[in-house]
Amino acid sequence: MLRFILRRLLETIPVLFVIVTATFFMIRFVPGGPFTAEKAVSPETLRNLEAHYGLDKPLHRQYLDYLGNLLRGDLGPSYKYVNRTVNEIIADSLPTSLELGAWSLLVALGLGLPLGILAAVKRNTWLDYLASSTAMIGICVPTFVLGPLLVLLFGIHLRWVNASGWYEPIDRVLPSLVLGFFYAAYIARLTRGGMLDILNQDFIRTARAKGASEARVIFKHALRGGLAPVVSFLGPAIAGILTGSFVIETIFQIPGLGRIFVLSAFNRDYTLVLGTVVLYAALVVLLNLLVDIVQVWLNPKLKFE
Amino acid sequence: MLSLSPQNLPSAALSPDDLERGHSLWSDAWHRLRKNRLALFGGIVLCLLTLACLAGPLFAQSYHAQNLNLGATAPSADHWLGTDTLGRDLLSRILYGGRISLMVGLVATFVALTIGVTYGAIAGYVGGKLDTVMMRVVDILYALPFTIFVILLMVFFGRNILLLFLAIGAVEWLTMARIVRGQILSIKKMEYIEAARSLGLSRRRIIFRHMLPNILGPIIVYTTLTIPAVMLLEAFLSFLGLGVQPPMSSWGSLIKDGAEKMEEFPWLLIFPGAIFSLTLFSLNFLGDGLRDALDVRSSKD
Repeated sequence: MLRFILRRLLETIPVLFVIVTATFFMIRFVPGGPFTAEKAVSPETLRNLEAHYGLDKPLHRQYLDYLGNLLRGDLGPSYKYVNRTVNEIIADSLPTSLELGAWSLLVALGLGLPLGILAAVKRNTWLDYLASSTAMIGICVPTFVLGPLLVLLFGIHLRWVNASGWYEPIDRVLPSLVLGFFYAAYIARLTRGGMLDILNQDFIRTARAKGASEARVIFKHALRGGLAPVVSFLGPAIAGILTGSFVIETIFQIPGLGRIFVLSAFNRDYTLVLGTVVLYAALVVLLNLLVDIVQVWLNPKLKFE
Repeated sequence: MLSLSPQNLPSAALSPDDLERGHSLWSDAWHRLRKNRLALFGGIVLCLLTLACLAGPLFAQSYHAQNLNLGATAPSADHWLGTDTLGRDLLSRILYGGRISLMVGLVATFVALTIGVTYGAIAGYVGGKLDTVMMRVVDILYALPFTIFVILLMVFFGRNILLLFLAIGAVEWLTMARIVRGQILSIKKMEYIEAARSLGLSRRRIIFRHMLPNILGPIIVYTTLTIPAVMLLEAFLSFLGLGVQPPMSSWGSLIKDGAEKMEEFPWLLIFPGAIFSLTLFSLNFLGDGLRDALDVRSSKD
């Protein structure tokens, strides 16, 4: 177990290294920089700016400097937000994004699992059809359609919630629902499929024959195996929720890291882009590791190879 | 349905009469698909939408002609779906946008299909160490937030529509590679492949001429399901302002415009959103129907 985790952790190092390197050079080889703004600066100012940020050094030197600082956990200064470091900006905005992501994941699981189990147990009844069509709606109505529509309905016409912002607890409701709903729909479908597979197997019949109650059969015997497809979907789901927050944070004007990332890409704020990409990648890779561990724990047949 | 359909016989061995009476795998699948109303509905809606997008702009008003005197008007007899703030006819814009959205869906899926099938087939056929390494790479790529890189590409290298195709295609091939590899593994040991090998055919010929045609079913199904995913990603990018640029419009960019002005002119959001969702519905229903029709195992229940 410990060896498995250690080995996977070691494996993430080259992955992260490749990501940092690829992003670093991709950014440097594009036309335009952080200081090519609408207002042209004089050559001297530009030179001073570049010297200040170390951009006048040769490229490999900049790269090595960046890697060195990265190892010490220093993501460098932002080029656009004067006197702010990338670390500060991330520290300000990441908690918001994580909170949004956590709520959305809760929505996805809290809505998707019961719907899927219900649909599988009450197979081919109206409950199943209702659950399955709800899931279909969730998959086919994109967040950036659903979000504005719900804002229009609940924020502007009914005035039950604020149309945008991230101040009161109630502001969490709509964004998390919208972001989580797509994954809830997907999880419901996967749960239904997984549960149906398991419920048809012999050991379930044995359990029933031994007089186990229906609830015991479903929750004790079937659920553990039936959830396997859901658990393996959690990795992509987490990555999707993180990137999905770009759009949600834009729609609802949430001051999270997703919006910062998109803005920084538009602004060509190199260090901020790099820092965010590294952070997102590390986050996703680690969460995936966690998902893998849960997966093996649920299905001992897989074993930690 | 005949229970003894000669599915396993090579069709060349049958006379045309037998073929008509018997049920090939494909005609079986077609029968099953026809019985699935939702899938049929999806197929018909898709055909109609595609036709409308292709032919509609020939008859409708110009999609970029502005009429500033008009401004944004609600749906009327002149402009069936209303006009946007520059007085441009929304229906025409949706039909033109559909061309772009559908084209992105098809071309980027084709890119993903090519990469995924080739990669998966090689990994599955060669097997051994190479397979392990190739699939581990897919596992690792799976775990990465790829949308981020598409966004970076679009920001840094200009919002070029060709780049859009490539970038989206390069992201969506992973699942296809996994599926193809699994299928190849399952037929690799079959006798006709061995026969082909003993005839001294080249690897490439065996993979592309003898194996791929036999796993066409899952490939078709997954392709149908990739198209909506690709269209969704394009719309996602356009919504962030990174996709198709004005005066061109895709459904994603129309939704973006609509969302900005929904308070005063809700139809600008509702109609493009509805059409886009309808397309995704149809594609998903058709894909699910095809899967049930072509996958003999899953169609039993």
